[in-house]
Formats: sequence, structure tokens, C-alpha cells
Amino acid sequence: MSKDVANKNIKLARTLLLVAVAMFGFGYALVPLYDVLCEWKWIERDRPDDIKKVPEVAYQIDRNREVTVEFMTTLNESTPMKFRAEKKQLKVHPGEYHTVNFYAENKTDNAMVARAIPSFSPAVISRYFEKIECFCFSEQTFKAKEAKIMPMRFVINPALPEQYKTITLSYTFFDNTEKSVKK
Amino acid sequence: MSAVVAEHDHHDHGPAKGLLRWIITTNHKDIGTLYLLFALAMFFVGGAMAMVIRAELFEPGLQFVDPAFFNSMTTMHALVMVFGAVMPAFVGLANWMIPMMIGAPDMALPRMNNMSFWLLVAGVLLLASTLLMEGGAPASGWTLYPPLVLQTGKALPFAIFSVHLLGISSIMGAINIIATIFNMRAPAMTLMKMPMFVWTWLITAFLLIAIMPVFAGAVTMLLTDKFFQTSFFDAAGGGDPVLYQHIFWFFGHPEVYVMILPTFGVASTIIPVFARKPLFGYSSMVYATAAIAFLSFIVWAHHMFTVGMPIAGELYFMYATMLIAIPTGVKVFNWTATMWKGSMTFETPMLFSIAFVVLFTMGGFTGLMMSIAPVDFQYHDTYFIVAHFHYTLVPASVFILMAAGYFWLPKWTGHMYNERIGQLHFWLSAISVNILFFPQHFLGLAGMPRRIPDYAIQFADWNMISSIGGFIFGASQLLFLYIVVDTIRGGTGEKVTDEVWEDASKHSLEWTLSSPPPYHSFTTPPTSIPTEHI
Ligand code: HEM
Ligand SMILES: [Cu+2]
Repeated sequence: MSKDVANKNIKLARTLLLVAVAMFGFGYALVPLYDVLCEWKWIERDRPDDIKKVPEVAYQIDRNREVTVEFMTTLNESTPMKFRAEKKQLKVHPGEYHTVNFYAENKTDNAMVARAIPSFSPAVISRYFEKIECFCFSEQTFKAKEAKIMPMRFVINPALPEQYKTITLSYTFFDNTEKSVKK
Repeated sequence: MSAVVAEHDHHDHGPAKGLLRWIITTNHKDIGTLYLLFALAMFFVGGAMAMVIRAELFEPGLQFVDPAFFNSMTTMHALVMVFGAVMPAFVGLANWMIPMMIGAPDMALPRMNNMSFWLLVAGVLLLASTLLMEGGAPASGWTLYPPLVLQTGKALPFAIFSVHLLGISSIMGAINIIATIFNMRAPAMTLMKMPMFVWTWLITAFLLIAIMPVFAGAVTMLLTDKFFQTSFFDAAGGGDPVLYQHIFWFFGHPEVYVMILPTFGVASTIIPVFARKPLFGYSSMVYATAAIAFLSFIVWAHHMFTVGMPIAGELYFMYATMLIAIPTGVKVFNWTATMWKGSMTFETPMLFSIAFVVLFTMGGFTGLMMSIAPVDFQYHDTYFIVAHFHYTLVPASVFILMAAGYFWLPKWTGHMYNERIGQLHFWLSAISVNILFFPQHFLGLAGMPRRIPDYAIQFADWNMISSIGGFIFGASQLLFLYIVVDTIRGGTGEKVTDEVWEDASKHSLEWTLSSPPPYHSFTTPPTSIPTEHI
């Protein structure tokens, strides 16, 4: 191979290596990009795990229809807790405010930080399910063996399309102790 | 300086002696051979895992393995076949064939070439070692979705590092191929005279450089989520597991084209030779390949129709995916037109290539079915998709690799393979592959989920038939192993000519060299370029 060609090869290899490194960065750039794109109006992704607090406003109560709200409680992996909702389900009129209590208990002898993440089915519901108060708004700290009653206050926006008659709201508790400590 | 020159001179005389030759070699043929043999070995390792899967699924109920190990098998089978068998086999072909096809003496960056092979071996060994670790090998499926994959035992960081190694190896291989094609061509070999195999590899190499780092990034995020308290995909920390799926499939969809584009290239090389006609629509083949590669970057979320994407997303990814059928259709029509009114003969490489055209098209059609977002809700994560991608990979990529073996073994070794055993191998493979995978369409449509060790009784019949097909297919591949070994050791004893196949030297440069070719391919660039392939 002539020296000339060898130099050309090495130059090209360097450029291509740079492209590869840039693409590694691009992978990471997808993380913020994803959040930005999800907010775009025309994409309007209904994130079933949306956690937003809204102020309490008075709606016209729609007494003509009833929506069944089901509650599911899950523990991620082996989170050492007890966690349940006081009711399995609730029939509500859109526009009507309700409070449901959730019960959580730390089964360990150590303090614990846990985080509940909500999820809706069907996902579009998250646009109409408004929470005024929820234990999922922030991390929950538990002392050793501590048990807590945690209220969740919500309303279903009367703009909810007719076809949705049953809504499932699921909460999963994640043990965040390790992450919180290291932070 | 003079020492360096002296060493170079020494290299030019031929291979080093003994076993060390294979470890330190920088020769494109030696490295090509290493890649091909390694891929063949991994084909049998991955195949053995598939046999475990089919044995367990032979009947409903749990018979041989426990569910966690079963899931490790589906995961490892896929990873070994993709990263250990199919991809390295095509890199091996690239190493052997590209310098000979473009009139070059060797690859552009021979030392890097050696390194990328050994990194591949290290990566695959590291991956295999996870089988012995506490908690077992990864069992989350080859897509490594969180949060499931984060529950892998001790194996998780090792699996991730192995992906890093495999990624680096592929990227180095790709850089080498691009540099070879751009800088080492004989002066008379213009871009639009290059054989299709070279073209498809050039485009594949760019795909690899673009996607392997993204995959490496995604698994690195898994690693930091697990061990360094980041929350890229951890819902509890504000992350989103769906984000992983986007990043993974940004890599994953082009990745399936990394396996199929060189397949197209080999098919476009073999079919004209046995049809005794030029390839129909050479330039449209080049543009179709480029179009497929481009489209492959903008369709990834067709793997995610069921994650709860907004309707605009579903529609966009649905139509974009359907677009791929157009350049793919162009290719299928071109191969068919190449055979049209040709004086065809049906030696083993041609048989495998024809089977490829027919069976790949079936895989393409099921792909088209799944591209329809609303109906994909039925097909997703069932055996239907398993049937789809196995039709696009086994009777396509794997068949074409077999075809390539039969086509070039006489050139590589100077010996003729046994045509009768080759034909037997073909017919057994072609029939059993359909017994194996066709029933999986029915299973999927009836609702059998993928990646489960046990199933409802209603799926029993087709599963048993599928398993029987699988065992026949697996056993038939031993014939290929026999043929490879036999051909290397002398084959039929028949003396092969330089061009091996009638008029092959009118199609491509490698047939103008002796069989086997000299250690350094073209020390002086050829002046006339065969153009029958155009
Ligand atoms: C006409 C071209 C094709 C179309 C329209 C197509 C479409 C699709 C779609 C929509 C899916 C997702 C199905 C689901 O998850 O529900 C899929 C999965 C898949 N396809 Fe294709 N495909 C095509 C060609 C190919 C080719 C050429 C290959 C490989 C060489 C391939 C390999 C795969 C693989 C491996 C998966 C499954 C990945 C996984 O979930 O593990 N496809 N295809
Ligand atoms: Cu895809």
C-alpha cells in the first residue's frame, strides 16, 4: 500500500470514528429530545404517568352519567411494604369531587423513602382525571414500621368523552431509599 | 524505520507459520476465514439453544427446563445469532470478497481488522459466560427492555459490557470496510461499476456506524440506572421506560437491515451468474438499497404501536413503514426479472438464492401486515411476529449465507464441494424451514404469546409440528458442516477453474484470480473491469 493511500485511510478512519462518537452523544441527546417532543401540541402524548397538581375549581356536575373508577395498588419488585386502597372501586359523576384513602406501611426496621407512580388505563384518561391532592406528588418518607393513611382527592373533568365508562388507576410503589440517600 | 519496512516485506511473502498465523494475521483472507468459521461455530451454538426452545415447546406443560432458563434461552439465542453468527458471517464475507471484488491487495486498515475480530470473540465469550453466573444469563428478550432487564442477576453488567465490545468491534469493521471501498478500488472501478455486494456493504457500514453507538448508549443508561442512581428509564425517579424502547428501536430497526442488506447484495451477485444474464436494473438496485437504508431510520416505532403512542405517531409510523415495501418490492421484481428468460441452471447456490427470493417475500408481506397499526395490536408480541422475522432472517439471511458458502468455497479452497450433498442440504433445509416457521403464523393469529415456556392446550398441534420442523432443520445443518470440512480437505477432487462457474469472470473480478487466490489479492490493480453484473 502506498504511503499516500495509507494516509488517506487513516484520515477517513478518524473522521468515521468521530461520527461514531457523535452518534453515541446523539443517543443521549434523545433523552431531552423525547421530553420536548412529547410536549408538542400535535403529538400530545398522553402520558399515563402524568403527575400534575391542579387547583380545585367548581364544575357543573353531570348527574346523567356515572363512571366507575377502579384502584390498583402494586409494589415494584420486592419493595417491603404493605399498600392498598380503602376501596377497590368507586362510582362517580363527572364534575364531582371525591377523596379516597390509601394505606401504606413500611414493613422494615429502617427508615424508607418510597415513591408512588400512577398509571391510567386507557391512557387518554390522564387528560381528564384531575388530582387536587395526591401522595404521588412527592416522595414519601416512612420511619421504621411506620404506617400512613394517604388521601387522594380527584375530580373527573365533565369534558370526558361519553365512551369512557370505566377508568383504572394504578399506583406502583418504588423503593427509592438507596437513590435518595446517595443524592 | 528500516525495521518496519523489513517487517512489511516479510508479510508480503505469505502467511506466518503455525498457529500464531491465525492470531496475529492482518491478511484479509485469513481474517475473513476466522470470521466465517467463528460465525459457523456460533450458528451451531445459537442453534443448540433454539433446539432447547423447540424441545420445551414440543408439548404443553413444563418438561425439560425451568421458565427462567427458557427465557434465557430465547434471549441468548437471539443475541448469539444476531451478533455472533449473522453479522460476523457477513463481515467475514466482506473481508474475503471486497478486496478481491474491487481489485485491491488487502483491506485498508489490516491491523484494526485483526483487532475487531478478536474483540468480537471477547464480546461473545463474555456474553456466553453469563450463562454460568448467579441469577442466570439475561432473560428479558434480546431487546433488553427495562424494568425487566434490571432484574437480571449478576450477569447484567457483563452482558452490557459484552454489548459494548460487540459494538466497538462492529464499528471498527465498518470503518475498515468504508475506507477500503473509498480508497482502495482499482482506478478503473468507478462507484457505479461496483458489484452489488460491495454497494450493499458500503451502505450497511454507514448504518452500523450510525446505530451501534446509540445501542451502546442505551445499555450504558441501563447500567447507570442500575448502579449509579440515574433515572433514565426509572419511573420512580422521573424516567420513562418507553424512552428506552425509542432509543433501542432507533438502533434496532436499522439493525435488522444490517442483516438483510448484505443478504440482498449476495443474492444480486449469485442470481445473474446462474441466470446467465446481467443483473436487471443495476442502478435501481443501488438506489433502492440507499432508500431502504434511509427509511430504516424513520420507522422505528412500528415496534411500539401498543405502548400508547399518540394517534399522530401511530399514523406516521404506519405510513412510513409501508413505504419500505416500495424499494423492497423493486428489489424482488429485479431479481425475478433477472431470472426471466435466462438460461438458468440450478446448482446449490442458485437453489438457495431462489428460495431466498420466494421466502423473504413472505416475510416482507407479514411485515406489511404488521405495519398496519390497528391490526398490529393483534399480532404484537405473538408468534406471528416470531414467524415474520424468522422468515426474513432464516430462509433469507441464513439461506443466502449458505448460498455464499457454496458459491465461493470452490474459489476460496480451490476444491469443488459435493453437489449431491449440497442439493440434499438445500431440499431438507427449504422444506423443514417451512414446517418450522409456517405454523407459527397460525399460532400467533390464534393468540399464542412469544417468549413463554408453556402454553394453552389449543396450541399443542402446531407447536409439535413446528418443533419437528425445527429438529429436521437443525439436523440438516450438520450436512453443511460436513460439506465445509470436506471441501476444505479436497472436496470431490475435481480441479476447479479460475472462474469456477460458467462465465463468472464476466461478472466480477474475484473470478479472474486463481482458485485459491494468491495471499495478497491484486498486487497490481486490474485494468479491465467485468461489467456483466451491471
Ligand atoms: C417489508 C419490510 C418489512 C416490514 C414492513 C416490517 C415490519 C415489521 C413490524 C411492523 C414489526 C413489529 C411487529 C410487532 O412488534 O408487533 C416488525 C418486527 C420485526 N421485524 Fe420486520 N418488517 C420488514 C422487514 C424485515 C426484515 C428485512 C427484517 C430482518 C432482516 C425484519 C426483522 C424484524 C424483527 C427482528 C422484528 C422483531 C423484533 C422484536 O420485537 O424482537 N423485518 N417488522
Ligand atoms: Cu422494524
